[in-house]
Amino acid sequence: MSAQKPDYMRELLVDSGGGALIALLMGVMMLGMQVDVTSGLGAELILRFRWDYLAYAVGAVFFGRLAMNLLVWRKLKVLDGVSLPKPKVKGEALERNLKPVFLVVAVLLPFALMFWLGARGSRQYIDLAILVTTYVMLGWGLNIVVGLAGLLDLGYVAFYAVGAYSYALLAHYFGFSFWICLPLAGILAAFWGIILGFPVLRLRGDYLAIVTLAFGEIIRVVLLNWYEFTGGPDGISGIPRPSFFGLEFTRGEDGFAAFFGLDYSSIHRIIFLYYLILILALTTNFVTMRLRRLPIGRAWEALREDEIACRSLGINTTNTKLTAFALGAMFGGFAGSFFATRQGFISPESFTFMESAVILAIVVLGGLGSQIGVVIAAVVMIGGFELFRELEEYRMLVFGLLMVVIMVWKPRGLISSRAPSIALSGRAQGISADMVQEGHG
Amino acid sequence: MSHWDNNPVLKVEHLTMRFGGLTAVGDLSFNVGRGDITALIGPNGAGKTTVFNCITGFYKPTEGRLVMHRSGGEKHLLERLPDFKISANAKVARTFQNIRLFGGMTILENLMVAQHNPLMVASNWTIGGVLGLGGFKRKEAEAVERAKYWLELTGLIDRADKAAADLSYGDQRRLEIARAMCTGPELLCLDEPAAGLNPKESLELNTLLSTIRREHDTSILLIEHDMSVVMEISDHVVVLDYGVKISDGTPDFVKNDPHVIAAYLGVDDDEVDDVEEEVGL
Repeated sequence: MSAQKPDYMRELLVDSGGGALIALLMGVMMLGMQVDVTSGLGAELILRFRWDYLAYAVGAVFFGRLAMNLLVWRKLKVLDGVSLPKPKVKGEALERNLKPVFLVVAVLLPFALMFWLGARGSRQYIDLAILVTTYVMLGWGLNIVVGLAGLLDLGYVAFYAVGAYSYALLAHYFGFSFWICLPLAGILAAFWGIILGFPVLRLRGDYLAIVTLAFGEIIRVVLLNWYEFTGGPDGISGIPRPSFFGLEFTRGEDGFAAFFGLDYSSIHRIIFLYYLILILALTTNFVTMRLRRLPIGRAWEALREDEIACRSLGINTTNTKLTAFALGAMFGGFAGSFFATRQGFISPESFTFMESAVILAIVVLGGLGSQIGVVIAAVVMIGGFELFRELEEYRMLVFGLLMVVIMVWKPRGLISSRAPSIALSGRAQGISADMVQEGHG
Repeated sequence: MSHWDNNPVLKVEHLTMRFGGLTAVGDLSFNVGRGDITALIGPNGAGKTTVFNCITGFYKPTEGRLVMHRSGGEKHLLERLPDFKISANAKVARTFQNIRLFGGMTILENLMVAQHNPLMVASNWTIGGVLGLGGFKRKEAEAVERAKYWLELTGLIDRADKAAADLSYGDQRRLEIARAMCTGPELLCLDEPAAGLNPKESLELNTLLSTIRREHDTSILLIEHDMSVVMEISDHVVVLDYGVKISDGTPDFVKNDPHVIAAYLGVDDDEVDDVEEEVGL
């Protein structure tokens, strides 16, 4: 080892020097020189030299690269050719430990916030928690389509919109209550999922992505332009609030607070909404986890792995894809009707492509097919995004950087190991993401 | 008359497959006998895999008929069925030349996916399964038992919970056969099962195929280049060259057929005309 050391050091210096040279070449024009306007007589262009800036930059690159070489990259280099690093499957243990923690936190959250911050102070945070949980539910719904069945859906927000508008329109025209509309919204969204699915699921990969993207836009544009029916850009307002087993969250005699002998507070409704979306989201998770252990769920995953092999085993791939699409759409529809009742007002503005992209980013960053990964990604993305609201447009920059960092550090998402759906021995290990296919649409 | 003509499990009649101007298979007829191991051999590019893809529904034949005779007496016209029904209803299973396993799923899961259709019925098309109704648990346990049987036969039982992509090449080949057998087929089509196997693994494959034939109601149709496999275990050999059948009979008959020798080994220059005349070119 010691004989190699000078060699190794020289290699490091050459490498760092190379980096510094590139920084120098790039920086000469960009940092070293600046064109400026003289502020004296007339406006004359002058060239100002800033060699000190250039020196700082080159120095930073040189020492930075040297430090990275010594501290971070060196370990990889030593391993090179000596022995292959064992594929680590840590995600599973992490997942097992995180689940109860998350559940307890989620259940106790509103009361903890109330205890610390009081009704007034905690409202904003419970609102944020509702938003995050909505995205967790959407992420779990999309995870069925993208993570399990491997179908890239860029228009998931369409089903969210169908759910929201189903409730808003049914309530507007027929005066139906939230609890009747919730299942109807899910069914209608699933129905649209099937209508879209029939022609589209013959396509694969990029083509599927483009057509689902177009479908998402079509739904939005129809909602925007069908003025007589949907109100177009004006949206629909006055969407009724949900009741608690028939008790409205109002100040009156027959309201929720009066019935339970509490002082009226608007926070009750917020907390109720929080638990409502939490239950909806946990139902999504429960159903998905259950389906994974049923033949249909295994067929979805098999479809993601190899469609041709599926067909050779007698699996009707069209129907299998359709069920995945319809189920994903159904949960999107549930979330949509919740969104409508929470906001009390919806317009096509809320269902742009950006929403689809955010939901997909949550699924991808969390790790395709991982339920807990979706939770972490949703908390980080939506929560972080709202918390740094003061940073204004800079948060987009931070946000983009964060996504790049995660994708470089963990290309298959935060939790990327796949837990087997059935096992002979009691303690089967998770499957490393290197082996799991991403699906071809 | 030979056994395969008296009691065929599959009759291929005047099968023709054209891709544009190219005739990959031309007017091919042969029978696959029930309970036999039938080998389809021929030089590279002879159209063997095309025949397989027609039988298993991945191609629709341009002309011809493929009749599957189930042991219950039902007949299925394979050229009219969509590919997944050929496996589900006509009970024809296949493996692939380039192995197609579900690499990210465990070995056991691979075998469970193969039993998708009966399990779907048992779970009342998922509804009963989600609610925990019906005898799904029992049926699933039966499916696991069946999977265990095949894992023991292929020697993969110790690694049942490992990812399929983790297996060595020879083990992957065996797993693919086990997976096809889990669909409960009456005809098993193997596309070059011995390709890339070492002599020991080849021998194990022979044993496995003989066991399948002996203990299950499954006939085997295989494409193979490895003559030690073909001559050792097959009862009936069909030889293709340029999409046309040039020989059909027992291994001994085929081995001594001058057409086959000409197609495989070529002939001396001065004999070309004689042989071409004999072959009909």
